[in-house]
Amino acid sequence: MAGATIGERPGTLRDALRDVRDQTAGYSGIWSWITTVDHKRIGIMYGVTAFVFFLAGGIEALVIRLQLATPNGGVVNADQFNQLFTMHGTTMIFLVVMPLSAAFFNLLVPLMIGARDVAFPRLNAFSYWVFLGAGIFMNVSFFTGGNIFQGELGAPGAGWFGYAPLTLNQFSPGHGIDYWAFGLLILGIASMASGFNFIVTIINMRAPGMTFFRMPLFIWMTLVTSFLIIFAMPIITVALFQVLADRLFGANFFNAELGGTPLLWQHMFWLFGHPEVYILILPAMGIVSEVFATFARKPLFGYPFVVFSGVAIGLMSWGVWAHHMYTTGLGSVANSAFGFTTLLIAIPTGIKIFNWIATLWGGSISLKTPLLFAVGFLAMFVIGGLTGVMHSMVPSDYQQQDTYFVVAHLHQVLLGGALFGLFSGVYYWFPKFTGRLLNEKWGQLHFWLMFIGFNVTFQPMMISGMLGMPRRISTYSEGLGWEFWNMLSTVGAFLIAVSVLVFMYNVVISLRSKERAGDDPWDGRTLEWAIPSPPPVYNFAEIPQVKELDDFWHTKYVENEQGQLVRVVAGAAEQAEEAEDDAHHDIHMPSPSYFPIIVASGFPFIAFGFMYDFALLPVGAVVMLVGLYGWALEPATE
Amino acid sequence: MQHAPAAELQTTTGMDHRKLLMWLFLGSECLFFGSLIATYLLYRNKTEEIGIGPIPSDLYDIPFTSVSSFVLLMSSVTMVLALAAIQRGDRRGTQAWLLATALLGMSFLAGQAFEFTEFYRQGLSLDTNLFGTTFYVLTGFHGAHVSIGVLILLSLFVMTLRGRLTPANSINVELIGLYWHFVDVVWIVIFTLIYLVQT
Repeated sequence: MAGATIGERPGTLRDALRDVRDQTAGYSGIWSWITTVDHKRIGIMYGVTAFVFFLAGGIEALVIRLQLATPNGGVVNADQFNQLFTMHGTTMIFLVVMPLSAAFFNLLVPLMIGARDVAFPRLNAFSYWVFLGAGIFMNVSFFTGGNIFQGELGAPGAGWFGYAPLTLNQFSPGHGIDYWAFGLLILGIASMASGFNFIVTIINMRAPGMTFFRMPLFIWMTLVTSFLIIFAMPIITVALFQVLADRLFGANFFNAELGGTPLLWQHMFWLFGHPEVYILILPAMGIVSEVFATFARKPLFGYPFVVFSGVAIGLMSWGVWAHHMYTTGLGSVANSAFGFTTLLIAIPTGIKIFNWIATLWGGSISLKTPLLFAVGFLAMFVIGGLTGVMHSMVPSDYQQQDTYFVVAHLHQVLLGGALFGLFSGVYYWFPKFTGRLLNEKWGQLHFWLMFIGFNVTFQPMMISGMLGMPRRISTYSEGLGWEFWNMLSTVGAFLIAVSVLVFMYNVVISLRSKERAGDDPWDGRTLEWAIPSPPPVYNFAEIPQVKELDDFWHTKYVENEQGQLVRVVAGAAEQAEEAEDDAHHDIHMPSPSYFPIIVASGFPFIAFGFMYDFALLPVGAVVMLVGLYGWALEPATE
Repeated sequence: MQHAPAAELQTTTGMDHRKLLMWLFLGSECLFFGSLIATYLLYRNKTEEIGIGPIPSDLYDIPFTSVSSFVLLMSSVTMVLALAAIQRGDRRGTQAWLLATALLGMSFLAGQAFEFTEFYRQGLSLDTNLFGTTFYVLTGFHGAHVSIGVLILLSLFVMTLRGRLTPANSINVELIGLYWHFVDVVWIVIFTLIYLVQT
């Protein structure tokens, strides 16, 4: 079996490293990307793919804004408008923010805990390929879900939370909803596989000495997010099966004539959907926690409080789902109870925010782009969080339900929150994985354009919402007082689009730049900065021994008698490593494998089989079985 | 030098990665079956109120299902015996108990197939009423889990024939064992809540 394992003979560390380099030297070209099981490459693929979907979702948003810029807009018709906002929401949540977070999990988890890869490298590749397939699958619905030859777009149009019975055949004919439901089912498999993988990796592959309370905060948030994923996804899986059973096989889950109730879908969807909200935001919270500490040059203030707050948010997210359903008539007892639990979530969230502020307080701040985005996150997330508290009040929510105020709130937390946090992470870790810093000037321009564009887009939506503008209307009449605010939102949306172009330009010129970032350009605190940029395939030549939180920082600085930080004399650490060089080493790297992509490619066959022709089902089943048996019988590393 | 299996044991918790994965997977499955069972319970009395099609008490044959439940539970015993056999290096025993477990699982599936056709013959299909919808989807998903288990058991049986299953990789039997016991436990819940408690 070709692979990067060495150790047929006992050798020195240097021999082992050379062997790994030799065996991975030929890893280039498209085949090496298809068969890769290297977490760094998979992370990069996740990031790039999610960014492409981000552009698609962004274009959908721009068309929506064009349509709503003026009253009686005629850019798209009502049906197309429904498809656009449905695909915009679905894309941004499931194909952009979640996979972008997954990109960071992939890139960083092994590096931050001092491991050579994740626990199941092939399962990791499998997650990516399943995600890619599901993303493409969902988006081809524009062309194949309806009758494209008659100029009909066929994407799903029932909104990202697809309320039954709107999703049933009677109200959503065509195949759009089938694409949506199967797409989310398949994406769920990808998310769950990576959730399992990262939990096992974090619990089981930490470097010696890295106890739970020496883990970087990003790792903690990854752990909590992964637990939310593996427990929330099965619920939406069942709900999606139920909708598909109703649509494809005439089952009656949501058939009111026989006693079915739309509330079943709403409960199941939001029991998944509220943890999902935290699946989207917790990774960004982990990222900014790292960024604040690094750029304030201080340890994260109140580390255990931030950890426990994150865990508490994860637990409490299971008890608040019905606040999405106040107006469905659950009764005042249920509404009050869920209002109360929702208010409680503000406590751990507030604790985190104050700890971040306290981290910055008195730090020697270096206001680079990553920190700008992190501070932007903080400011926007506070507004988003406070509007969330407004929604938790039942009477207040009755007024805001289904208005643009809700749209403003959710973008405030997902774009102003999650996406700003993710961009902060992009600027922060870009040098680690490419060896080059993103250009600072263009980065600052990107931030300010995006920040201003964001506020020009979404703060007016708060006002148009307060003025009573409902969400999901494809157009509106003149004279309702909404014209100005809608025009402003549209201008803002295009500003955001320009900022994204600036970002893309920045990536291109930065990658072409000859200047190298070096291993540790930000004077980082966590283990990934201790190794070369970009990291070698085996990550750590020597598995690190961890003695405290922010271990890498403490190898660089010690406190003198006055309590001031003094830089450790360079070279001392390296000498210690040299001394151990005579010990026996062998590095086991997982072998590349093409079985993950084979198994993943079976899913669309199954979905198409149910939708169009049952003859495709055995094809999909055989493909998957062959892939699974090949996978099971192939040695992971030999 | 160290060989790969020894290296794999060096995990932070000392627990094998795959075993941890299986426990997490089963935790996740609890939510899956929990949602299906909750749906069944939510709609339990709806069918009688609406009055279209058969209701549970028209169709259930409790003695028959009790027998097939017993068969499935016994397969957990043979599963434990298979694991014990592989761990002490008894290849014959491993083969016998793996095969016995698979056969018991298949008997259960045969019972389910009989039950489904019987119910269908008496007028209950997926689209008849909410009872049909919730019953077939819940027990169908459980049956699918048993089928996958049987497939894996038979695959392991073939591996033992080729001598590819040794005490060193008995973890494979342990993992399918965990899965198999879980599927059994889920059936105990289903049998109790769906068949026995009918008010």
